[in-house]
Amino acid sequence: MSRATVNFAHSRLAAAGGIAILLLVLASLFAPLLTPHDPDRQHLDGGIYLPPSVDHPLGTDKFGRDIFSRILYGGRVSLAIGFFAAAMSVTLGTLAGATAGYFRGVGEGVIMRVVDVLLAFPRLILLLALVALFHPSLVLLVVVLGLTGWMGTARIVRGEVLSLREREFILAGRALGFRAPRILFRHILPNVLGPVIVAATLSIGNTILIEASLSFLGLGVQPPMASWGSMINDGKEALTHAWWIATFPGLAVLVTVSCFNLVGDGMRDAFDPRFEP
Amino acid sequence: MTTYLIRRVAGTIPLLLGISTLIFFVVHLAPGDPTSLYWSEDTDPEVLRLMQHNFGFDRPLPEQYFRWLAGSFRGEFGYSFGHHRPVKDVIRETLPNTLILSAAAMVLIFTIGIAAGIVSAVRQHSFIDHAVTLLSFFFYSMPGFWFGLMMLLIFSYHLHWFPASHMTSLPFRYDQFSFWEKGVDRARHLALPALTLGLGAMAAVSRYTRTSMLEVIRMDYIRTARAKGLSEREVIVRHAFRNALLPVITLFGLYLPFLFGGAVLVETIFAWPGMGRVAVNAIFQRDYPLIMAVTFLSAALVVAGNLIADVAYSWIDPRIRRGEGREP
Repeated sequence: MSRATVNFAHSRLAAAGGIAILLLVLASLFAPLLTPHDPDRQHLDGGIYLPPSVDHPLGTDKFGRDIFSRILYGGRVSLAIGFFAAAMSVTLGTLAGATAGYFRGVGEGVIMRVVDVLLAFPRLILLLALVALFHPSLVLLVVVLGLTGWMGTARIVRGEVLSLREREFILAGRALGFRAPRILFRHILPNVLGPVIVAATLSIGNTILIEASLSFLGLGVQPPMASWGSMINDGKEALTHAWWIATFPGLAVLVTVSCFNLVGDGMRDAFDPRFEP
Repeated sequence: MTTYLIRRVAGTIPLLLGISTLIFFVVHLAPGDPTSLYWSEDTDPEVLRLMQHNFGFDRPLPEQYFRWLAGSFRGEFGYSFGHHRPVKDVIRETLPNTLILSAAAMVLIFTIGIAAGIVSAVRQHSFIDHAVTLLSFFFYSMPGFWFGLMMLLIFSYHLHWFPASHMTSLPFRYDQFSFWEKGVDRARHLALPALTLGLGAMAAVSRYTRTSMLEVIRMDYIRTARAKGLSEREVIVRHAFRNALLPVITLFGLYLPFLFGGAVLVETIFAWPGMGRVAVNAIFQRDYPLIMAVTFLSAALVVAGNLIADVAYSWIDPRIRRGEGREP
């Protein structure tokens, strides 16, 4: 295959991933219209542990709740947490990295040492320690996920800014007497947008994975609210006699994260002219 | 080499200080102290006050901080309220099990990951390359704990190939086994958890090896080796492989945090008696001294792992010590 074909195949895959994400978002937004059942409605008399059927396409759980409906409603939670936490961490990381790279000096030393320290922690263990201190809530989850995920972006942005700040057009800006915020926001940040968008996309997928892990351990999204991770946790107990409870939410995570990674990889290839798959 | 080693080791000290400081202040952000666990309507306030005094929670924060700092470097982490014994003892019992699990996962990650990456690069654009690429992509995007549950369902519950939990068979059977049977028994218990733990990183290593290998294969010295008339096998094994492997070594340090994080999930699924499972229980019991110890130890192990990876890299590639070439 020639390079062009490979690139084209890649971008087609990335486009497919993008469309799939759009469909997922729409499906969870319009969940009330698409789902045949109320996700929290229990059917304790004869409705529990039903295998997949026409009425319940993905079966029911131990309270007789419809898995398909819960996956769509859970998608709202998982996707929203992914978007907001990733937005927070990428914003934080960009600001920290740009500040460190542009102003250098003591500030850079402090920021990058904080990055080193935070990167030494296994993220999941740090999150467990943080979640344990407070009462679990959606806002807390987004905040702790945002606070523990910005270091990678900070490193990337700092690296980019370090090389950008020596370029002629930045020197010209300085010679014209522009203030630092203007140079940073108008001239430097637009030039690091590419890697930042890639980091953001990959970060959403990663955040969804981590949120699922936390919820699976019972420390993330709390019942009766459904998230994909907590549904897998519900299914863990019934794994041997009701495999569908854990299997389908896991597939939902897999498909969603794959799509974000496809789009992220595709964009990285697009932004990197040296890239050859 | 010695100066590099000294510089690198000295660099970890502020890092460890930062780690233990962060843990201390994060935990003390939380309202109350560990003794609030024992609070109820009819607890005598005097009893709580005495407990606080005995554990030193009534001392000024800076003093508590230096006590924790000094303790954490000596391996003294205080008293676990959940286990009713010193944290040190709990750690000593469970940490080796986590290390066994992580080491097994590490072996799988690097043997299978590197092998898959090389085959993929050497046979670029072949069917096997596409298969490896597709599989690694899915494994990389997969929630590891869910994969573990699926493995349990298929290979343990339906096929009965592997046991579902614990490190060995029950003592009454395990003790009857001969030396070899014990080894096999342990390996069978280790297989699924190690595979589950290593899967994501394995996929990443195979991608990384493939990229690195493709880069090296394009180098002039590979063309020279081919021009000399060496067999393709010799070119790959003797010339390309060694150089392509260099950057892969740094991944060892990079994936350690993921392994320790993943161990929390894997140990919960497979009832593996390690530090990760202890950590999860400690969270539910609000056992702060144990939480702090596990968090500190996992970060310290990551720092140590990175140090080893960097030193190994600079030992293999002298350009790093002299400050040339790519930074690890």
